[in-house]
Amino acid sequence: MPTWQLRLLRGRPGSPPRLETYRVELPAEAYLIDAVEKIWAEQDRSLLFRHACHHASCGACGVRVNGRERLMCITPLREFSPDRAIQVEPLRHFPWLGDLLVDVSPMMQWMAEIGFAIIRRDELTADRPLPGGIEQGTRFEDCIECGLCLSACPVMAADEAYLGPAALAAIERMLAEPRDGDTARLLALADDPHGAWRCHSAMECTAACPSNVDPASAIGRLRRRLIVEKFRRWIGGGR
Amino acid sequence: MPYHVIVIGAGSTGAATAHDLALRGFRVTVVERGEVASGTSGRNHCLLHSGGRYAMRDPESARECIEENMILRRIMPEALELNDGLFVALDEQDLSFKERFLAACEECGIPAREIPVKQALALEPHLNPNIRAAVQVPDGVFEPFRFCLAFLATAKHNGATVLTYTEAVDFVFQGRTVAGVRVRDRRAGEERVIGGDIVVNAAGPWAGRIAAMAGVDVPVVPTAGVMISVGRRWNRMVINRLNMPGDGDIIVPQRRTAIIGTTSWRVEDPDFIPIPEDHVRLLLDRAEQFIPGYTQGGIRGIFAVARPLVGRRGVAADGRELSRTFECFDHAADGVEGFVTITGGKMTTARAMAEKVVDVVCAKLGLEIPCRTRETPLLSYRAFFEG
Repeated sequence: MPTWQLRLLRGRPGSPPRLETYRVELPAEAYLIDAVEKIWAEQDRSLLFRHACHHASCGACGVRVNGRERLMCITPLREFSPDRAIQVEPLRHFPWLGDLLVDVSPMMQWMAEIGFAIIRRDELTADRPLPGGIEQGTRFEDCIECGLCLSACPVMAADEAYLGPAALAAIERMLAEPRDGDTARLLALADDPHGAWRCHSAMECTAACPSNVDPASAIGRLRRRLIVEKFRRWIGGGR
Repeated sequence: MPYHVIVIGAGSTGAATAHDLALRGFRVTVVERGEVASGTSGRNHCLLHSGGRYAMRDPESARECIEENMILRRIMPEALELNDGLFVALDEQDLSFKERFLAACEECGIPAREIPVKQALALEPHLNPNIRAAVQVPDGVFEPFRFCLAFLATAKHNGATVLTYTEAVDFVFQGRTVAGVRVRDRRAGEERVIGGDIVVNAAGPWAGRIAAMAGVDVPVVPTAGVMISVGRRWNRMVINRLNMPGDGDIIVPQRRTAIIGTTSWRVEDPDFIPIPEDHVRLLLDRAEQFIPGYTQGGIRGIFAVARPLVGRRGVAADGRELSRTFECFDHAADGVEGFVTITGGKMTTARAMAEKVVDVVCAKLGLEIPCRTRETPLLSYRAFFEG
C-alpha cells in the first residue's frame, strides 16, 4: 500500500500558520478526505477540518489542493504521486478559524438573503407524461454552497464586498424561476457596484465548481438581463 | 425554565434532540467534537425511508418510517427531494415476494402501488428492461448536512447553544449524579467544565465510548457500510430491490449523481474505517443488475461509515427498552443519575428519537411538557449560520 505525503497548513489565528508534513498509508483508490481523516484519527487529534457527507453533496470539505480549489471527498489520491507532497490549505476569502477550517457564515448569509429557489423539477423526466403521484417529483438545485468558487475568484481578493459567484448564480437562478420572489430586490442586489458588474469573467468559478453550476455563465446571463431591464426602464420613461 | 440539558453529538439525533428540548423550554448546550454531521449522519445514504425496506421484516420500524417521512415533508421541505421510490423484482425469487410486500406495506400504512412494468420503464428508461414487477412507494432523498443544520438552526433560534469542534472528554460527578461535562475546545486548545442538570448521549456509534466515560455500558455495535457515489443520475426515483434488505440492493439518486449502497460489517473503531475492496466490486456489480451501464458515469467517491446498531443483551429484561428500533437508556438503572443515552434508529426517525428521549428527560425532572416538534416547521438550514 502506498504511503502518501500531505503538507497541511496548520495553526490558529493570532500567529502565522506553518506547513507540516504527514505521512499516511492508504490505497490509491482512497480519497484526500480519507487521508486527512486518517491523520486526525491516528496522528494528530488537534487537526481542524470540515467534512460531512463524503460524496460532494454537503459542500463542507472544500480546501485548496496544490493551489486549486477542490472538495477533498472527490479528490482521488491516485491523481498524485507518493513521491511529492500534496499541499492542502484552507479556502481563501473566508475568515480563517485554524488549520483547514474556515467560517462559511458570510457566504451562507448572502445565500439566505437571496432566498431559496431550490428544489427543481427533475429534468430526467421533464418531457415525459408521468403517472399519478410523482408529477410533483423534485430534486435539489445543483449548488452545494461549498464556497470553492469564492475562493477561486480573483475579484474576491480585490473587493471584500463583492457578492461573489455563488450568490450571483443563485440570483440568476431565482430570476429564472421567481415563483413569488421579489425580483426587483434581486435585480437591485445584482446591479449593485459590488454585484454582477464587478465580475472580470476570469471563469475561475466555473473551473472550480464541483457541481455543474457554471456561475460564470450565470453571471453573463444576469448581466444581459440587467441591460434589458435598464432599456425597459429607459423606454418606459424611467418608471 | 431553570434546567440545563447538555447534548453530546450534533448528528441527526443530537440535532433533533436539541430542537425538541429548546422547543419545550429547556436551556440547551450541544457539544460536538467536529463539524455538524461529521460522523454517521453526514455519511448517510440519504434515503428518506417510506418504510418499504422494513415492511416485511420489521413492521414497527416501517410504521415509524412512514409516519416520520410524512412529518419531515411538512417540517423540513428544503432538505428533501421528493422523488418517490421504486421496488423492482429482477428475478423469480424477487417476484415471489411481491404479494407479501404489498400486503406488508398496506399493513404498515405505506401507500405502495404496483405499476405496470411498461410504465415503470417509461418512467425509468435506463432500468433493466427485464424487470418482472415494480412497486412505487413514497421514498425520498434528503440532504444529511442540511437535515441536521435545520434542526440546529431552529434550536439556536429558540435559545440553544451549539458548540462545534468541542469534544466531551470527561464527566463531572456529584456523588453518583452527572453534574456536567468536561469539554475540550479544539480551536482554542483549552478545557473547561459545562455544568448541566441532565446529559444526553447522542453520539451514535460512539455512544458506547461516551457512556464508558460515565462508567456505564451501552450495547452499541458500530456496524459499517460502504457507499459509492457515481457521477451520473440514471434514475429519478430511489431504486430498491424487491426482496429482503441485503447488500447492494439500493440506488439513491441525488442532484445529478447517485449513491449505490450498501454493505454491512462490524467494526471496532468508528473513527476511521478502511474500505474493503471486495465491497466496492460487489456494489458496482449489483448496481449494474438494476441499470446496465450504471457505472459508466464514473465513480465520484467511495465512503464508509458506522451505523449505531443496538445489541439486544439484557435490554428487555431491564425494562429500559422504549422501542424496538431505537433505544433510550436511562442510566439511573445503572446507578448513574442525570445521564441518558439515545441511540440506534435511522436518520428518518431522528425526530421520533428526540421526542422519546426528551420525554424521558421530562419524566426524570418531574415535568409534563408536551412535544411540539411534529407540527413545528423548521427554519432554513441557512439560519444556522446567522450571527
